Amino acid sequence: MFDDRSPIYQQIAEKIKDDIVRGVLGEDEQVMSTNQYAAFYRINPATAAKGFHELISEGVLYKRRGIGMFVSPDARERLRAQRRERFFDEVVDPMVAQARVLGIPLEDVVARITVIPTNPDAGSAA
Amino acid sequence: MSPGIEVRDLRLRYGRTVALDGLTFRLDGGKVYGLLGRNGSGKTSLLSVLAAFRKASGGEVLVGGQNPFENAAVVRDICFIRDRVDVSDDERVSAALAYARDVRPNWDAAYADKLVNLFRLPLRKSVSALARGQRSALGITLGLATRAPLTIFDESYLGMDAPSRYAFYDELLNDYLANPRTIIVSTHLIEEVGSLFEEVVIIDEGRLVVHEQADGLRARGASVTGPAADVDRLVGELRTGRDLVVLGEQQLGGTKSTTVFGHLDESARARVRASGLELGPVALQDLFVHLTKKPENLENSR
Repeated sequence: MFDDRSPIYQQIAEKIKDDIVRGVLGEDEQVMSTNQYAAFYRINPATAAKGFHELISEGVLYKRRGIGMFVSPDARERLRAQRRERFFDEVVDPMVAQARVLGIPLEDVVARITVIPTNPDAGSAA
Repeated sequence: MSPGIEVRDLRLRYGRTVALDGLTFRLDGGKVYGLLGRNGSGKTSLLSVLAAFRKASGGEVLVGGQNPFENAAVVRDICFIRDRVDVSDDERVSAALAYARDVRPNWDAAYADKLVNLFRLPLRKSVSALARGQRSALGITLGLATRAPLTIFDESYLGMDAPSRYAFYDELLNDYLANPRTIIVSTHLIEEVGSLFEEVVIIDEGRLVVHEQADGLRARGASVTGPAADVDRLVGELRTGRDLVVLGEQQLGGTKSTTVFGHLDESARARVRASGLELGPVALQDLFVHLTKKPENLENSR
């Protein structure tokens, strides 16, 4: 699940953010405890705790003392805004560069994009 | 309950062979530690001194603030599982378990039964009749069910197939979650078990190479790949003013990949990206290989 090529706590934080952006984790929904998470993904509990701590300090999760950790109500919208900013740098620009290397005219790329049907799972159900 | 460990300038000699050559590090205790090193690097020697199986030739080891050697009160709290099981060969498996039950204050008999079933250990067989992997599984059963405040597994998985090894990792983690204590695991199989470690100690030729949080180590390796001249120039630039060590270089035709070790700040990363070179991560296993390849290495405590 998590690989050894970057800090695992960052991978954990990213995975939970992905789940929130895709709507798998809803607002005010409780997330797994650190220990549940550690056992499920076979990782050190202190490492898992660090990932959760990062999400709490970013305001993505909040803590209810003695109960557990929950998804902040505005987390999804804020994460979506952050990722929209990164989208062109991280997704579109490399795609265009790749298309150029392969000699695919950008009109063909655009034409393809416009015929892809809207995927109901793609997270537009805000 | 979870003893910390202090190792100061530890030396161990076997005749003229130097096994440990001035090791110094400190473990707070209560965590899962990975001890990594190549064959002959001194892992077993170090663990043997920690567990009071051997007397140090020089320097000092403290477990929970006390020297463990010939110290019954400390040794009672230590369980050292080597790659072979420390019971006499003609004993039955059931007798080995009964002995542990009698001498180990925290022995959990119900948990031992569960592990016996999990690893399908034949209770009535003598230890000498066990296959290699079964013998390892017996060691692991003894090591986990003893619940010693300091539990040490020294390559305890030899001969076990992958499903059994993963069963071991799962039990180790779950039992640690339920009963936190100081656990040291020495291993070569970093890819399999690395995610269980909170901290990693790497030794080579009896000396400390690195002691760091496992996640910190994962963040500190990077590879820069691209046209050889560009890579050389960029790595040279990155190293000015930064504590970066070149761990390895590989070249194929005109393409070169250089592995560096150290903290790459955001400005360094931006510089690599702007140069059009590829910045890749380095797996813990690869870092380990690089860090222990050369004898003259980074002396780097935390």
